[in-house]
Amino acid sequence: MLEVRNLSIAFKTSAGLKSAVRDIDFTIRPGEILGLVGESGSGKTITSLGVMGLLPPNAVVTGGEVLIDGVDILKLPPADLRKLRGRHIAMIFQDPMASLDPIFTCGDQIVEAILLHEPIGRANARRKARELLEKVLIPDPDRAMRSYPHELSGGQCQRIMIAMAVACRPRIIIADEPTTALDVTVQKQVLELLRELNEEVGAAILLITHDLGVIYEVADRVVVMYAGDKMEEATTADLFAAPQSDYSRALIDSMPSLGREAERLPVIERDPSGRVLSVRPEPRVRPASSGPIPAEADRPLLEIRDLCKSYWVKPAPLAMPVEMCAVDHVSLSVAPRTTLGLVGESGCGKSTLSRAVIRLYKPDSGQILFKGKDIAGLSDKEMRPFRREIAMVFQNPYGSLNPRQTVAQLVEAPMVIFADDDAAGRQGRVRSLLEAVGLPATAAQKYPHEFSGGQRQRIAIARALALKPSLVICDEAVSALDVSVQAQVLNLLKDLQAEFDLTYLFISHDLSVVEHVSDTVAVMQRGRIVEYGTAAAIFGNPQEAYTRMLLDAVPTVGLVRGGKEAP
Amino acid sequence: MNASIAGALLLAARKLLTAFIQLLVVATLIFSVMYIMPGDPVLLLLGADSNPSPEAIASMRSQLGLDQPVLSQYFVWLWNALHLDFGKSLTNGYPVANYVMQNLPRTLELAFAAIIIAALIGVPLGIAAALKRGSMRDTVLTSIATIGISVPVYIMGTLLVLFFSLKLGLLPASGYTDISRNVLEHFRKLALPALALGFGLAASIARMTRSSVLEILGRDFVRALRAKGMSERRIIWQHVLRNAAIPIVTIIGLQLGNLMGGTVLVEAMFNWPGLSTLLVGAVSARNYPLVQGAMLAIAAAFILINLVVELLYSLLDPRIRRKRS
Repeated sequence: MLEVRNLSIAFKTSAGLKSAVRDIDFTIRPGEILGLVGESGSGKTITSLGVMGLLPPNAVVTGGEVLIDGVDILKLPPADLRKLRGRHIAMIFQDPMASLDPIFTCGDQIVEAILLHEPIGRANARRKARELLEKVLIPDPDRAMRSYPHELSGGQCQRIMIAMAVACRPRIIIADEPTTALDVTVQKQVLELLRELNEEVGAAILLITHDLGVIYEVADRVVVMYAGDKMEEATTADLFAAPQSDYSRALIDSMPSLGREAERLPVIERDPSGRVLSVRPEPRVRPASSGPIPAEADRPLLEIRDLCKSYWVKPAPLAMPVEMCAVDHVSLSVAPRTTLGLVGESGCGKSTLSRAVIRLYKPDSGQILFKGKDIAGLSDKEMRPFRREIAMVFQNPYGSLNPRQTVAQLVEAPMVIFADDDAAGRQGRVRSLLEAVGLPATAAQKYPHEFSGGQRQRIAIARALALKPSLVICDEAVSALDVSVQAQVLNLLKDLQAEFDLTYLFISHDLSVVEHVSDTVAVMQRGRIVEYGTAAAIFGNPQEAYTRMLLDAVPTVGLVRGGKEAP
Repeated sequence: MNASIAGALLLAARKLLTAFIQLLVVATLIFSVMYIMPGDPVLLLLGADSNPSPEAIASMRSQLGLDQPVLSQYFVWLWNALHLDFGKSLTNGYPVANYVMQNLPRTLELAFAAIIIAALIGVPLGIAAALKRGSMRDTVLTSIATIGISVPVYIMGTLLVLFFSLKLGLLPASGYTDISRNVLEHFRKLALPALALGFGLAASIARMTRSSVLEILGRDFVRALRAKGMSERRIIWQHVLRNAAIPIVTIIGLQLGNLMGGTVLVEAMFNWPGLSTLLVGAVSARNYPLVQGAMLAIAAAFILINLVVELLYSLLDPRIRRKRS
C-alpha cells in the first residue's frame, strides 16, 4: 500500500548537499503497525516528512520513490499531493499542544479537518467531530469541542490530534513520537487507542519513536535506522529475540530495562566516522575513592521532615485563589554515598521538592536537615556555605550552559564565585574535572555549541562537581539524551559517585532509569510521597496501587514482572 | 460560555481600573512638574516688567487660588480636572477645556490617519516579505523598510511637499480647513502630514509583521495544518495571520499612543493646529493651566488607546482571555 523505495534525502548547505537519509526501503501493508526506530539525527523524522511531501525548504529528495497504491507521490503536482494529505495519509506529531492552533477551539479544528476533504456541511461535520471525540475516549466531549488547546492536558490534546487524523478514515497514519511528550500512564492509554483504531479503522500506522519499549509493545514489524541508513528490518519478535545488526543489538542492550539488574550499562563503540563498531561493557576507568568511609556514614546526609510548599492558583477567572500543595508533608532521608530516586508523573511536585532542597524556593513549613543542620529557614547569606555542598544538574544541557562562555569558564565559574584557589589552581582543577567526566583537555577552550547533547551534559556535571559537593541533585538529567548516550552518562554518574563520595537525589519520570541508578526510591503523586523504600522492594514488590499502575504502564522489552503479562 | 464572558468582563473591569490609576498618577506628576518648574505664573501674568505692586500680586494670587496650601490646590485641581475643568488660559482667560476640546480631535484625526496609512502599507509589505523569505523581493522590501525607518519625518515631509505640491501641484503644502466648511479641502490638507507621519511607521510595522509572520510559519501547528491537506493560501489567511496579528496590533497600538505626543514636528511643519502646536505655544508663554490641560489630554488619549489595544488582544488571543485573568 505504501512503498518507499531507495529514498534518499539531503540537506542543502553552503558546502553543497549533505546527505541525511540514504537508500531507505520499506513497505507498509494494510492494517499493519510498522515501527521506525532510531536515535536523534538518524533521519527517521525527515523520512516521514519526505513521505508526506512536507520536507522543509532546505531539504531535497535526491533519489527514490514513495509509492502509494503504485503512484509515485514525489512526482505528483502539489495540488494533487495536498488532496492525499489528511485524506489518505494523516499525521500525528510529537508535541500535541504545539500542533494545534492556539486561537481556535479544538472542535473548530476538527470540523475544519473534516470539511477539507468531505463537504458534508458544518452541522454534520460538528456531529461527526463529536462522535470522533467519543471514539478517542476523551472525557466530556462537549467541553473538549469548545475548549482551546491550552485548556486541555497534553494527553487530551494528543487525543484531539488523533481524532483529527482518523477523521477522514485515512489508510496510513504516520505517528511521529506520538507519546514522547506524555507521562507513562497517558502514553499507555494513547498507544492502546492507536492500536484499537488501527484494528477498527484498518489504517496502517507508521510509528516513529526512539523508545524500543513502545515498539516492542505496539509494532508488528520494525525498521531500525542509524545515521541516515537502514540498519535492519525485521518482525518485532525477531528483532528483540535475535537482532541482526550490531547497532540494533547495541540499542537494545544499552537501554536500562525494568527488572534487569546491571551494575553498568554497555555502551556503543563507534569509529571516528560514527559507524558502530561493537557494543562493549564500559569498564570502570576511574579509581574509586580511597579515603575511609566518613564516620557519620550511618547518619543521613539529607533528611527532609514534613516539608510543605504550596502555590496559590485560581481555578477559574472569578474564583478565589485556592491553595495548591505542590509538596505536601514530604519526609525523606538519603544516606551518604547512596542514590535516592524520586519518580512521579509531570506536575507531581518532584521538581518543586528539589528546588526547595537547594533553597531556590523557601519552603512553607517543615525541616531540611543537611548534615544535621536545618537549612529550611536560613537566609540567603546563612545559606551561602551550604551552596558549596549542594549542586544541581538540569534536564536540558542546551539551556543550562551559557553559550557565550568557554567550557573552562563554565566549569570554573562556581570556584570564582566562592573565590576558591588562585587562577592557576583553578585551571588545574578544571583540567582534572574535565578528565574525570571523560572530556579531552582540548575541550576547555571550546564553546558549548561545539559539543553533542551527551558531551554538554558531561560539562554540566563537571561544573556541578567544581566545588566538591557532597549532594548532587540530578533533575531529569538524562531525560533529554538518546539511549546510548544516556547509558554513558549513567555509567559516568555511578563512577563519579564512587570516586568523589557523592550522594545523589535523582529525579526522573523514567522508572527504568531510576531502578538502574537508585538505592532507595520514593514515588511521588500530587505532592505526596505515596511509597518509599529500597529500590528492590519498590520494583520487586510494590505495595501501593499507584506504584503498580506506574510500573505497569512502562513499556518493557520481553520481561514478565510484577504480575504483568508479557505481550 | 458564560464563564468566558464573565472572565472577559472582569478582565475589562480590571484594565479600566488600572487605566484610571495610571491617569491619576500622571495627573499628579503633571501637577507637581508645574510646581517644580521655575518662574512665577503670577508675575508672568501681571507682566514682570511693569513692576506690579505687592497688593496686586497678592490679590492675583488669591484669585488664582495660589495662596492655598499645595495639597488643597492639588485636590481642587484634580477635582476640577475630573469635571473637565482645567482652569482658564492665563493669556486671555478663555477656558482651557475649550482649547483642548478644539485641538485634541485634530491631533487624534492626524494620528489615526497616519496609523491607517501605515498599517495599509506596512502589513501587506511585511506579509509579502515573509512569504518569500530570503528572495530578492524580501531583500528589496526589507531594505526599503530600513530606509523608511531611518528617514526623519521632517525630511520625508519636505520631500512630500516638494513632490506633491510644488512639482505636481496636487495637494496643498500646509494649513487646515475645518471639515464643516469644506470636506474635500479638509482631507486634501490632511493628506500630506498624514503621509509624512505614516511612512516611517509603515516601515516599522512592515518589519514587525514580517518577523511575526515568519515566527508563526515556523510553528508546529502550521506543519500539522499542511499535513491535514490544507492549501497554503488558507493556512496563511486563516491561521498564520490571525496568530501573527497579536504582536502587530501591539506595535500599532503603541505607535498610535506615541503619535499623540510625536506629532509636534509634523504639526509645526504643516501648520496643523493640533494639540502639540497648542502645547508648544503654551510652554513658551508659560501658560501653566493650558500646559497642564494639554499634557493631561495627551496622557489620557495615550492611556485610552493602550486600554483599547489590550482589550483587543483578548479578542484575538483566547489564552489571555482566560488564563491571565
